[in-house]
Amino acid sequence: MNETSQRLGEVIEASTTGFTAQCYELYDLPPLGSLVRTGDSTNGLFAVVCHAVTEGLEPGRKPIARGKDEPDEESIFQSNPQLSKLLRSEFSTLVVGHRKGGRILQYLPPQPARIHSFVHACTAEESKDFGRTFGFLNILLNAKIETPADELIAATLRIMGASYADPRPFLIGAGKELASLLGEDYGKLKAILERIKP
Amino acid sequence: MNEDVRLGLVVSGSLSEGVAVRLDSKASVEDVVVGRYVTIEGKSRRFLGMITDVKLDASDERMTFAPPDPGDTFSAEILSGTSAYGLLTVTPYLVIGGDSKAVVEGPQPVKTIPSHFSPVGLSSDSDIELVFGKEDDKRFWIGNPLDMETKLCLNLPELVKRSNGIFGKSGTGKTFLTRILLIGMLQKSACVNLVFDMHSEYGWEGSSEKGRKVKALKQLFPTKVSIFSLDEENARRRQVSTDFIVKIGYDEIEPEDMALLRQTLNLTDLAVEACFTLRKHFGRNWIKSTLEIDAGEESEELLKSLTIHESSFQSLKRGLGTITRLSFMQPHVEQRAVDFVLKYLQQGTNVVLEFGRYTDITAYILVANLLTRRIYSQYRDQTEKALAEDTKPPAPLVITIEEAHKFLNPEVASQTIFGTIAREMRKYNCTLLVIDQRPSGIDSEVMSQLGTKITCLLDNEKDIDSVLAGISGKNELKGVLAKLASKQQALVFGHAVPMPVAFSPREYGSRESYKDFTPAETSPREVEKNIDELWR
Ligand SMILES: Nc1ncnc2c1ncn2[C@@H]1O[C@H](COP(=O)(O)OP(=O)(O)OP(=O)(O)O)[C@@H](O)[C@H]1O
Ligand SMILES: [Mg+2]
Repeated sequence: MNETSQRLGEVIEASTTGFTAQCYELYDLPPLGSLVRTGDSTNGLFAVVCHAVTEGLEPGRKPIARGKDEPDEESIFQSNPQLSKLLRSEFSTLVVGHRKGGRILQYLPPQPARIHSFVHACTAEESKDFGRTFGFLNILLNAKIETPADELIAATLRIMGASYADPRPFLIGAGKELASLLGEDYGKLKAILERIKP
Repeated sequence: MNEDVRLGLVVSGSLSEGVAVRLDSKASVEDVVVGRYVTIEGKSRRFLGMITDVKLDASDERMTFAPPDPGDTFSAEILSGTSAYGLLTVTPYLVIGGDSKAVVEGPQPVKTIPSHFSPVGLSSDSDIELVFGKEDDKRFWIGNPLDMETKLCLNLPELVKRSNGIFGKSGTGKTFLTRILLIGMLQKSACVNLVFDMHSEYGWEGSSEKGRKVKALKQLFPTKVSIFSLDEENARRRQVSTDFIVKIGYDEIEPEDMALLRQTLNLTDLAVEACFTLRKHFGRNWIKSTLEIDAGEESEELLKSLTIHESSFQSLKRGLGTITRLSFMQPHVEQRAVDFVLKYLQQGTNVVLEFGRYTDITAYILVANLLTRRIYSQYRDQTEKALAEDTKPPAPLVITIEEAHKFLNPEVASQTIFGTIAREMRKYNCTLLVIDQRPSGIDSEVMSQLGTKITCLLDNEKDIDSVLAGISGKNELKGVLAKLASKQQALVFGHAVPMPVAFSPREYGSRESYKDFTPAETSPREVEKNIDELWR
């Protein structure tokens, strides 16, 4: 596995269809739609970031406004150095595939992620490897989440496309897969295509 | 299947309406044409079919209301072949292969259709050759299937076993196609031909539309063809190598001939009836005698006794006048053309009867009918005799007529000799080759008896219907027929071909083409020399 792949955080909640991870650094969230992974080059999960929150560390205790006398937002943190320890950033993901014995499989894994698994951002190479087939699009389309599926898919494809020097062939391939999945829903298809047009 | 020729996959269909083939996104609808042959690789056998329709479809019809921007090549590329795709209708005709027995038996008519998702591709030349056979001593190359290099060959001895038709609107290539077919029959069918050549274009030089002269049968096959002419002057002017100048005696005309001319001569029904009465009264010389009836009292008495009304008589007299004014008509002729035609035919020489300047329909109907009636009765006698005595029957005879609807329209088809020949099939070794630009004018029963039909472009709905009547997959072929090019493209179907084919007839009229058509004939120069001598 490429050593430069950035470690983002740790799994703190997991289910069959997704997991939530806490970032090591406040606000150090991966972008919506980006591809992340757990495990290593033989076994692990692939997931797409579908939601993120930043909130108080203790559940039920809301942060209070502190900047009334500060000249700018930055100064709030300088005056209250403990703050960054009281807040945390978390992101939720949808599992879109897994790796078993080195093979990438684009369907749900038999087991959910384990708590405290490290979560890494996928490198360009990993993203390309994963993007060779488009089975993951069907999982994204059918996910029951708050984020609208077309927004999420468009974001995912834009980010994955960015790993190629020329994203067009990749996007056309993905578009054709979507077209066959969304044969009966031209409206949705059109909305996604509008958002991924290179 | 070779990826270059692959078109798509079977997605639905039925035996009666053909199978739907969804085009691959790589294949463009613009590159497939109706009439083209495709091969479908089923699970256990191959199917051969014809593309009979092409259409664009969309999986969600909303796409047709809100298509992507014209400049949006990205969306267009994604949508085409997926949400928006081409659909072909393919009518399967034959199956090839399967078990070893099927391989030996060769292509068979379809009784089922290929299964879902069978790949479909353009047929290879070898598939087509497997079906239609190679050029040999019986199979004659008439043209090439649309967009293909393969030779389309017809089994001519098989073809002439039944009456056949060549159709197409004016200027589509009927005459050229007929010439080609006659050449084929001359060489490979073991039959003799009698051609009633209305516009003098089969025996000797006719001209193409571009004004170029086009050689005809006698020039290409001087030893196998003889030309009879009704118009000596015309033949001389055109320097035609003529074997016989045809004259017809009044006494050769029978009342039946007049009945056939009722419409063209504008005769009343009663006038036609009068012919039969007068023939009975006067005998063989009835026309001469009838024309001699003058206005005197005696004549009035005669007509009265025969119960012929004065107005019918006048109508008839006008009609007979038209006929007898034709200068090839004479009161009596010693050397009857029919005997000579028969003599030549029996020697195996093909006869082309040129009409020269007599291009009006009256002369054509009269002469063709009169000669054919006699020739046919001779043929019938000879065939029956041969049957009784167990000897060799006369060589099959093919009679070519143009403007066939004049002889075979519903009103007269039951009475004329041509109707009889068409209906009796090859009972007496005699069949027709009918050429017509208005097939809907031909009696439907006669049409249904034609074994093989070759049709160039037709645009009248009624004509298309009458040509395709009774054939399976009619609606599908309709689309193919209506889309033929306006010249030198045709559709052949029926008895002599295992499946319908759209094809381009061989090029005819260039120097090379003559060479191709006459592998072992006298050189044209020699022929020209002989002709010079003839008219010196
Ligand atoms: N096989 C062919 N080879 C070369 N030229 C052809 C061929 N078929 C048709 N043509 C061209 O098309 C023209 C019309 O053909 P043709 O005279 O055979 O038509 P047609 O159907 O007999 O017309 P009409 O009904 O007026 O008699 C010819 O003059 C020739 O230029
Ligand atoms: Mg013609």
